[in-house]
Amino acid sequence: MADENKDIDQVTGTDTTGHEWDGIKELNNPLPRWWLWTFYGTVAWGLAYTIAYPAWPLVNSATQGLLGYSTRAEVAERIAEVDARNAEVSERLAAADLSTLAPDDPAHRFGVAGGASVFLANCSQCHGQGAAGVQAAGYPNLLDDAWLWGGTLEEIEYTVRHGIRNETDPDARWSEMPAFGDILSDEEIGQTVEYVLAISGQEHDAAMAEQGMVWFEEQCSACHGVNGEGDRLQGAPTLNDAIWLYGGDRETLTETVTYSRFGVMPAWGERLDEYEIKAVTLYLHQLGGGE
Amino acid sequence: MTQSPATPPPLYAPREPIFPRRVKGTYRTLKWWIMGVTLAIYYLTPWIRWDRGPNLPDQAVLVDLAGRRFYFLWIEIWPHEFYFVAGLLIMAGLGLFLFTSALGRVWCGYTCPQTVWTDLFILVERWIEGDRNARVRLWNAEWSFTKFRLRMTKWIVWFFIALATGGAWVFYFADAPTLARDLVTFDAPLVAYSTILILTATTFVFGGFMREQVCNYMCPWPRIQAAMMDESTLTVAYRHWRGEPRGKHMKAEDADQRGDCIDCMACVNVCPAGIDIRDGQQMECITCALCIDACDEVMERIGKPRGLIDYLALSDEEAETNGAPPRPIWQHVLRPRTMLYTAMWSLIGVALVYALFIRSDIDLTVEPVRNPQFVTLSDGSVRNAYTLRIRNLTAEPREFRVMLTSEDILRIDVESDGAVANHVTVPANETLQARVYVIARSQDPAADAETTDLRLWVEDVETDDRAGVATIFNGKG
Repeated sequence: MADENKDIDQVTGTDTTGHEWDGIKELNNPLPRWWLWTFYGTVAWGLAYTIAYPAWPLVNSATQGLLGYSTRAEVAERIAEVDARNAEVSERLAAADLSTLAPDDPAHRFGVAGGASVFLANCSQCHGQGAAGVQAAGYPNLLDDAWLWGGTLEEIEYTVRHGIRNETDPDARWSEMPAFGDILSDEEIGQTVEYVLAISGQEHDAAMAEQGMVWFEEQCSACHGVNGEGDRLQGAPTLNDAIWLYGGDRETLTETVTYSRFGVMPAWGERLDEYEIKAVTLYLHQLGGGE
Repeated sequence: MTQSPATPPPLYAPREPIFPRRVKGTYRTLKWWIMGVTLAIYYLTPWIRWDRGPNLPDQAVLVDLAGRRFYFLWIEIWPHEFYFVAGLLIMAGLGLFLFTSALGRVWCGYTCPQTVWTDLFILVERWIEGDRNARVRLWNAEWSFTKFRLRMTKWIVWFFIALATGGAWVFYFADAPTLARDLVTFDAPLVAYSTILILTATTFVFGGFMREQVCNYMCPWPRIQAAMMDESTLTVAYRHWRGEPRGKHMKAEDADQRGDCIDCMACVNVCPAGIDIRDGQQMECITCALCIDACDEVMERIGKPRGLIDYLALSDEEAETNGAPPRPIWQHVLRPRTMLYTAMWSLIGVALVYALFIRSDIDLTVEPVRNPQFVTLSDGSVRNAYTLRIRNLTAEPREFRVMLTSEDILRIDVESDGAVANHVTVPANETLQARVYVIARSQDPAADAETTDLRLWVEDVETDDRAGVATIFNGKG
């Protein structure tokens, strides 16, 4: 091509690329040599990298790379490292008697912090991330001061380890309320419900409640106590307080009495490590309701 | 253009070697002083001690990344006070604008580390290999024992300067005497060695070999400066009207019609950027003013007034060409633009100093637990939980009383390691996390209201200094 076709910039005497924006032309200056070398270097690095490390996608997986590096293996290694670092304190926690473990003991602090993770990974699916439970489904709130089976460290640990009403652990906490729909008439159930509303300080029909008291003493007081104070040995809920597992309104109570409830919790002793059970126990105990 | 030219332009261009000649003069002397002072500040600062008591480090300037503290003399910055650093960065930016609009690239020419270290490296180069002519000869010479010896000597000295530079940097991030001992006994953390290695390499390469290419290709400032400078900005320039037509002075020939420039190339030979200032303002020029010194030397020798090359504004150049007197220097410096920059700079400075003086040595943040929003207790009362972070910014442990104020009746209960009767003790220079419960009895209005305003306080038991944070209590409503 002849030189006259070249678009030479007047000021610098440099050739231009022919690209022009609003009269501003791009000069075609050569690259600095070091820059070009650096650029080639990065290209070479990039190629070497894709050979050495997992990179190119294939149909079902990707090239593995010559160095055999894997992020998954690295994570597993890190977890093993952390476990090894925590081995001493987790063993100490596993062997500890929780009721005598001092709050400033490293094992106690480790338990509370680690228990939060155990809880989120294993328990939060039912009890919620904040441990507030789900009333509509009968998952208990673990933050309040009402406990079906007891709120001391020992009792919580037992519940976590063996679970409630499960088929897998013979030591699981167990009790079963009869479905009173088969025992009492609808009218009698209605009267019993009015009585329960009365002892829990809610709005109620006094005449019906008076009659309900008879049914309550006859059918319910063996487990729930004469005044509805409940019985932790049987996991029978307290009925004269403000806390309800499934709900304390007339409709829900009627449903509960008629059909009964049968909440189940797995035995975590089969699934968690010893120190994890103790950790989650410590965590639950300090959430605000521990006894 | 679809067709390729007959002779394609080269794909790359090697660096044109530059051999700056030694020069003496006002600006060179000033630059020696600035170099000495800035290097001394850089190398010595980590070794200055500052007593802060037994609980805190005694290094005057320390960036404690692991402990998340920044110590500067009597000031200690916590991570939540990072706005101080942000403010200083804004001041640095505005200061750069101010100096650039008044004096052009004065930062580049005098104080930029790239300039200072390059200057130092050239000093070493000149000391070992000789001045410009000797260096040009050596560059062109075949490899010989002498050339090898000179080059090796130079590179070794450069290397030790680079090592000292990289080495000094890490002392800002750890206790300097301890780290120095650990470095020698190979007990220092790997990151210290790798940082030293990287900074040694960059100093060696940037100061020894890259030099002006760092300014031309890597640094954004030469491009930004164009937007910062105007026709009143003082910058290094050539008095075209006085110098041209340039040429060798010969006594008999038309000496009267010639300009003052004798085309001796002194200004070009001393230039570390390798440019000819007589071509006008250029992107490569870092306004180091060495050409002024070089030209003044020559002007004195040939009996002409100094200042053929001088600090000059574009508007002066125009005025002088038209025979008008130049404006005095103060008119260049005191302009609305520079005064606005100064005002903004000072405003932020004053605000920072003010913030420094009013800042409290207690800091409280309150994070309400919102999952769940509230918990009903068996007696029907409603409980909210809050996570408090209490920062004790002093060097002594302090005991705080945790309290609440509200227009409604609420009870407070502090649940934390070692909390006794709602008192907590925060160790020196640490943050304590405490869980606080606020409870409304079932008969209190707050239990049934949707929300109730309250303020949580921590109060120093001894001094009654306090910090409070407003938050909300969620009821059943």
